[in-house]
Amino acid sequence: MSKLTRDQVLKLAHLSRLKLSEEEIERFREELAEILDYVKQLENADTKGLEPTYQVTGLKNVTRADKPLDYQAKPDDLLKRAPDTLDKQFKVKRVIT
Amino acid sequence: MADWEPISVIADKVQKGELKAVDLVKRSFDMIGRTKDFDAIISVPEARAIERAKEIDAQIAKGQKVDRLAGVPFVAKDNFLTFSGKTTAASHMLENFEAPYQATAINRLEVEGAICVAKSNLDAWAHGSSTENSDFFVTKNPFDKTRVPGGSSGGSAAAVALKIAPFALGTDTGGSIRLPAAFCGIVGYKPTYGLVSRSGVVAMASSTDVIGPLAASVAEASIILDVMAGRDELDSTTIERDTEGYDVQTSKFKLQNAKIGVIDEYLTEDLEPGVEKQVDAVIQKLKQAGTKIEPISLPSLPLALAVYYIICPAEVSSNLARYDGQRYGLFAKDAKNLEESYMLSRELGFGAEAKRRIMIGSHVLSSGYFEAYYQKAQTVRTKIINEFTSAFKKFDFLIGPTSPTTAFKIGAKTKDPLKMYLSDIMTVAANISGNPAINLPAGFSNNLPVGLQIIAPMHADRQLLAFAKSVEELLA
Repeated sequence: MSKLTRDQVLKLAHLSRLKLSEEEIERFREELAEILDYVKQLENADTKGLEPTYQVTGLKNVTRADKPLDYQAKPDDLLKRAPDTLDKQFKVKRVIT
Repeated sequence: MADWEPISVIADKVQKGELKAVDLVKRSFDMIGRTKDFDAIISVPEARAIERAKEIDAQIAKGQKVDRLAGVPFVAKDNFLTFSGKTTAASHMLENFEAPYQATAINRLEVEGAICVAKSNLDAWAHGSSTENSDFFVTKNPFDKTRVPGGSSGGSAAAVALKIAPFALGTDTGGSIRLPAAFCGIVGYKPTYGLVSRSGVVAMASSTDVIGPLAASVAEASIILDVMAGRDELDSTTIERDTEGYDVQTSKFKLQNAKIGVIDEYLTEDLEPGVEKQVDAVIQKLKQAGTKIEPISLPSLPLALAVYYIICPAEVSSNLARYDGQRYGLFAKDAKNLEESYMLSRELGFGAEAKRRIMIGSHVLSSGYFEAYYQKAQTVRTKIINEFTSAFKKFDFLIGPTSPTTAFKIGAKTKDPLKMYLSDIMTVAANISGNPAINLPAGFSNNLPVGLQIIAPMHADRQLLAFAKSVEELLA
């Protein structure tokens, strides 16, 4: 098992929008490689002729009437948990700086 | 402290006015205080619990009927959204989060008169097998404070074993109800996937997450499942209830009618001798009771953990993407722009295990790797399901140990994530396939509880509970 490169870890961290400390980068180089090495054993499993299973309920196209529910939480209950709002919308930091 | 009376007896006495709901809730608070050293509990919604108890007592004083959980206290794992106080998922990200709505499971229990008295500790986001991944503190095993209670529903399992309440709720994505139930010597039930609504429960791996009860006995767990089970408009993956329900208090399952398969792959050389001995003892007793019992091989079961550690991180990375600090949860206010705000909020809000799983998930879903990892895992999943289906053509139930070991020492696996993952080697298959499964206490090894696992065909929850109740009586 070889460690992931520093760049591989940084790329995954960026895809995941995670900032990592130097110590975490080193730690994850080894730990992520070990986990990926373990799951590699599936390569040898014979799955010829089998389809993937993405869910096990057998349910298909579960729908309901397109009407608002009388729900426990009202829009204001949700908005007031945000760090900043404006005119019933979530307000975020500048996107372009 | 004395055991709680069975749930049905408590509710009956409350209804008759022989017990006051307020006193039951206070008894729970008293037990939380006395068992503080075990760190099973994150928070106590005291005011609301007392208020609800008073309402129930007042209704009964007026001669009104309260339903079958009248005044029964319970503990909810802190990834269930509840009113009053915080819902943290044991994470820094949600450390100060107050839920704007309640989980359907909680609402259904409240309608029947149950009262949430505490929120229990877990591995943060339910990622773990020992409760050591909690961002707050480590829960201790009720039988030995130097050992883990199992996880991720470790606080709930410890709370029931410590008699804080007659039952608790947990979630089971890869074994998170059954493993801690095994380590704490109680009953833990994982229903068929989709039987209990996940609405209002912090999502982990949505295609395997289920909700279930932890209790002192099978009959009690069955009442709680019966209250929670069935379709919910707020969770489109929920399935229909069995028309006969799930309450097996009065059922009499005849053991001599059962055909049982003993899973070969779970009787490996890695099995701790004390666990093997207890499981063997159960097999001998079942034989004496007249069950037809034979070994069965499901050769792909050892692959279930590898399947799980692709599917689970993939779904985790997606489910945890919503925690970016912008709408609720931890927000890093010093960031200069939006992207930095995401990165900083997530850096501060997620612990090492969440980061590990998110990055593995990003890797297996990224372009060029999707077929090799995710699709391959979902295809091996089909293979595992097919093996279960064919085993259940021959057998009514499959049995084996819940865990290859009893509760391990605190710190024994924290430095090696893969070793920690392997704790779930005997529980994950039922999550991958969706089958219902239960942990039943099966004696002790070196003064630590041993767990027996019983797995049933899809949708055979009622039959599984009835059978498990008969096995429980046989072992008593």
